[in-house]
Amino acid sequence: MDQSLKIAIVDKNPIRAAILEDGLREAGHVHVTRIGDTSHLLARIYAVDPEVILIDLENPSRDVLEQMFQMSRVVKRPIAMFVDQSDTASIEAAVDAGVSAYIVGGLHKDRIKNILDLCISRFNAFARLQDELDRARTALEDRKVIDRAKGILMKAKNLTEDEAYVLLRKTAMNEKKKIAEVAQSVITATELLK
Amino acid sequence: MTGVQKLRIGYIPLADAAVPIIAADRGFASAEGLEIELVREVSWSNVRDKLNIGLFDAAHLLAPVAIASSLGIGHVKVPILAPFNLGLNGNAITVSPFLYEALADAAAGDLTDPMVSARALARVVSARRSKGVEPLTFGMTFPFSTHNYQLRFWMAAGGVDPDEDVRLVVLPPPYMVDSLANRQVDAFCVGAPWNSVAVDLGVGRILHFMSEILARGAEKVLAVRGRWADENPDLLCRLLRAHAAAAAFVAGARNRDALTEVLAKRIVVSRDLIRRTFEGSIKVAPDGTVRTSDRYLLIGRKDAGRPDRAQAAWLYAQMVRWAQAPLSAQMLATAKAVFRPDLYDSAIAEAKSDLAGEPSDGIGAFAGPAFDPDDIAAHLSAWRIRRG
Repeated sequence: MDQSLKIAIVDKNPIRAAILEDGLREAGHVHVTRIGDTSHLLARIYAVDPEVILIDLENPSRDVLEQMFQMSRVVKRPIAMFVDQSDTASIEAAVDAGVSAYIVGGLHKDRIKNILDLCISRFNAFARLQDELDRARTALEDRKVIDRAKGILMKAKNLTEDEAYVLLRKTAMNEKKKIAEVAQSVITATELLK
Repeated sequence: MTGVQKLRIGYIPLADAAVPIIAADRGFASAEGLEIELVREVSWSNVRDKLNIGLFDAAHLLAPVAIASSLGIGHVKVPILAPFNLGLNGNAITVSPFLYEALADAAAGDLTDPMVSARALARVVSARRSKGVEPLTFGMTFPFSTHNYQLRFWMAAGGVDPDEDVRLVVLPPPYMVDSLANRQVDAFCVGAPWNSVAVDLGVGRILHFMSEILARGAEKVLAVRGRWADENPDLLCRLLRAHAAAAAFVAGARNRDALTEVLAKRIVVSRDLIRRTFEGSIKVAPDGTVRTSDRYLLIGRKDAGRPDRAQAAWLYAQMVRWAQAPLSAQMLATAKAVFRPDLYDSAIAEAKSDLAGEPSDGIGAFAGPAFDPDDIAAHLSAWRIRRG
């Protein structure tokens, strides 16, 4: 593992950037800089002077980096995208994970292959985490809605909590809806009838 | 082949994405048995990469990116075809109020004449240099973009070296207006509707429509992978017919309400702005001055949809002029072969447009000799300022 490489992470999502930075540090990379603010991006990158730049694909500033392929007075040190004509699988995996890597000219591709692999796995891990978090959030919201609907039914129809839940579940099954949807209808109807 | 065929098309929210948007949202695709899923993207690099690796079947793409990808310059080499031209022109050069004043003071004549404005820019540039002031910064959207080449073509004709005398920086279109407002850039070249957004906010003034620099400039193309086109000839044919029908709809003045409604949703700017863009009635200054042009953005008119190989050759010539690509007969042939009027003609049977008044070389540049697509060296030798 090549620990002397200077790596810049351009990602507006601070959590994902932190996860990636941790991974790189665990792998022994000590020169890792995060760039969250993309205004004056080229100047920020020149200040870090990295050998490897990792950027998330949701970032419109990716096009700014492409300018660094060009020789001009604006560009101090030309870079290239990390692409390997023979290895389309790694490009596909990176795009799929939502990340792209750029390297300074002359750097051998073997030196960053493991960085890119690490990047892809961390981005995928983050996407899974995000997904789980979203699902947990939805479940929590659903639970709150169902509890409120149960309360309404218990009071209006003089039911126990269990009976109220059974009623919601039965209605949901009959109408081929989710219990939370039926519960939301109960709440909406009650508010309309207030 | 039975059932509806699903296709994914990537696009950047700009006015010249109108044709695939209308094809998808107004039933022209379904009339051909196609279901188009439009995927909004944030960068040209993403559109290019997702098309290249097959996440998109087709894309709204900068014409020079299709050529660069086929030539393998700046990036992995993937043969791309452009069987439909999504628009001619549509870009504009917008300058800050401060730069406009400086140009007006330096101008020998009418600033709406691009040669007058380019020479005025040369005077402003040399005055700044002699005073030791920072060079002017111009924003554009991508290294392989019409915006980059059109800005360079214009300023170099007036004696400004785009690599030595000013800074040209890439900025994503949605950041252009802010960058002009906070003086990160002094001017920019971008597609509709962003120039008008800057004028409406009072932070910029439109100096030129791109149609004043080039009468016909291929802007975005419908891009597909060469391999995909080979493997799906029937699908491509239907896709092109849907696009031709959508382009005719875009051009129809009676459809403007429907057009603005659909586009305002997909591009997320006001209907009024979209309407002005398609009417070619553009507010150019915060004081309300309006300039009109029926060439501001050409879609579905004057053969705009049919790919023209002279356009591909002109774009390749700019890549050579600015040292992005070497000059070679083979590369020129490859660049021209990206544009596929033959595929267009085999899919679309339509009456020829009336091309009276269109430039005979198919380009109509405001400066220099007529363009000969078979003689790039002659085009280059006409210019003093060049890298290649």
